[in-house]
Amino acid sequence: MTAGTETTTATPGSTRLRPPRNPVDRRAVGWWTTDLLLLVAAPVVALVVLGVLIAPARIWLLAPALVIAAIGLAAAATLPRWWFTVHRWEVTDTAVYTRTGWFWQEWRVAPLSRIQTVDTRRGPVEQRFGLATVVVTTASAKGSVTMAGLDHALAADIAEQLTLITQAVPGDAT
Amino acid sequence: MSDEFRELDRRGLPVAAVFMSGVAALAAVPTAIGLSSISVGVALAWSLPGALFVVVAGVVAEWLRLRFTRYRVGADRVELRTGVLIRTRRSLQRDRIRTVDVTADPLLRVFGLVSVRIGTGEHADDGTVRLRPVTRATGDELRRALLARVGRGEAEDTLAVLDPGWIRYAPLSFVAPTLGIAAFGGALNAADWVGRAGGVIDWAVDLLVGLGLVGAIAVLAGVVLLVGVVGAAGLWVEMWWGYRLDREPGGTLRVRRGLLTTRSISIEEDRLRGVDVVEPLGARLAGAARVDAVATGMATKVEKDKARHRTLLPAAPGAVAHRVAADVLREPVSPTDAVRLSPHPVAARGRRLRWALAAVLAGELPLIVLGLVLTEVLLHIAWITSVLAVPVAVALALDAYRSLGHGSVGGYLVTRSGSVRRSTVALQRRGIVGWTVRQSVFQRRAGLSTVAATTAAGSGAYAIRDVGTSTGLEAADAAVPGLLAPFLERTPAADSSGRRRA
Repeated sequence: MTAGTETTTATPGSTRLRPPRNPVDRRAVGWWTTDLLLLVAAPVVALVVLGVLIAPARIWLLAPALVIAAIGLAAAATLPRWWFTVHRWEVTDTAVYTRTGWFWQEWRVAPLSRIQTVDTRRGPVEQRFGLATVVVTTASAKGSVTMAGLDHALAADIAEQLTLITQAVPGDAT
Repeated sequence: MSDEFRELDRRGLPVAAVFMSGVAALAAVPTAIGLSSISVGVALAWSLPGALFVVVAGVVAEWLRLRFTRYRVGADRVELRTGVLIRTRRSLQRDRIRTVDVTADPLLRVFGLVSVRIGTGEHADDGTVRLRPVTRATGDELRRALLARVGRGEAEDTLAVLDPGWIRYAPLSFVAPTLGIAAFGGALNAADWVGRAGGVIDWAVDLLVGLGLVGAIAVLAGVVLLVGVVGAAGLWVEMWWGYRLDREPGGTLRVRRGLLTTRSISIEEDRLRGVDVVEPLGARLAGAARVDAVATGMATKVEKDKARHRTLLPAAPGAVAHRVAADVLREPVSPTDAVRLSPHPVAARGRRLRWALAAVLAGELPLIVLGLVLTEVLLHIAWITSVLAVPVAVALALDAYRSLGHGSVGGYLVTRSGSVRRSTVALQRRGIVGWTVRQSVFQRRAGLSTVAATTAAGSGAYAIRDVGTSTGLEAADAAVPGLLAPFLERTPAADSSGRRRA
């Protein structure tokens, strides 16, 4: 419409995001497996207990328990290994970069200059596996970047390093 | 402005008294009417003391609140102390204050009072101080004092004032039919309540029966629509009467509006990261558009009326909208107007068509299932509604595809999407604080991605939807040079074609 317009299009089909450099810690497979098993165990145990107590409805309670347990075990045996290949992260001199998901794959980039807070989170199961999650937030409500399943010493290092960089940058990063 | 701790205005007490009397009356009158069937004495004996208690309790609570609330506007901070049992102190750094909104509902206006909301736009509630009530003069003084930055040596400038003709766009939204249906339901409800006044209903039913089925439906629909249109127009007048958009010397945009409840909303220009030109379907067909601010530190989602809070211009003719958008951004031409938007791949159209048809199918499915199980009538209803719904869905899908686009002009990234609510966002590139690229399995097969620029302003992220993956990534890379580049892989063909950057 006007002369001020610039085009940002380039040759299509030629550019893509490369995977971030680092895989998550190998122990994350164990963590995710445990999480999945715990998630499945709760309804299964409840159904089995009820099935034992309520004799007339036993079949109707134990059958779903069996189905849930089977699906849960299958998921626990396969999904964490798959996630391990999918979840990747990277911290460069300029940005934090992660990739997650497969059905809905998601790449997130946050420049270090815009980071507002750096948190390390450790759930109880995560702690047992010696892992930690680093959450980096920016001024955007939808811009946080999460790196889950890192070795906890490494996570602490990253968090400290990012915090130092963040403090060095003046302004409120909006 | 003094450095002392100050109190809220004592006239909050009569305001509370009047308000609580209203509440008490609303509760007591139906109770009294209900009980009067026993005896008038019983009715009064129960409802009067109850009402009195409500009023006294409300006034005492307000008295305590006023008694224990103090605020101070110091050189560096605004402090608020409040709470009777649990004392809370809140302190806002003055240079972090971004918005000062002044509202006055009719009750406050009678007493010459206003309610002031001072916001930093951070940490939701913790970053907000509310002063209710203070006098109108104090409110104005606060607003001016807190938003006074180093002046840029410019006079106050009026960017837009209300044109009463814009009311013609008010009924062209979903508000009108919704209001009409709500009023219809309300009327039936009231008739059910009152019961005794059933004569009116009988009369109306007789009248409608006389018209036959088609006539009755037509008349009913007409009445509902009329009520809706009148309601929407009334709402518009209450919301937008006396609207004006000014730029104040300190670099603050100020929206003033409201007939009964007056509102003054100030947005610091430094907080502005762009504009969103919103065209709801009805308004778009009439060539109208609304302008919303994309700014950091606006009212957060816990508060109601959010969308209205950032509206800089109500639905107005497109040319006016683009001019206001340009003026607000201090650009000669609005980036939303100047940009040439690149269309998105045809695969995006297929996705929209599939969504539209899936939505129709999801709506029809219960009818079909129940129809197969119960009665054939439902199947007939299903196919008749499908015949109507499918073309509409397809039209909306095609329109949604046509709306898709992105581009870049000057310092702005522009992205457009939506059909029922088409939104063209111009986001300052310096306001982009990261990227989120999403790709579902289906998008991957079609070579599409949704590339979202995250920002501190507005909704937090603005997406280029269903763009060709390569195109989208190049656009993102060009918008914020250097940020995405280390993570991109380009095949040789792309390298030799060269990227053009702003």
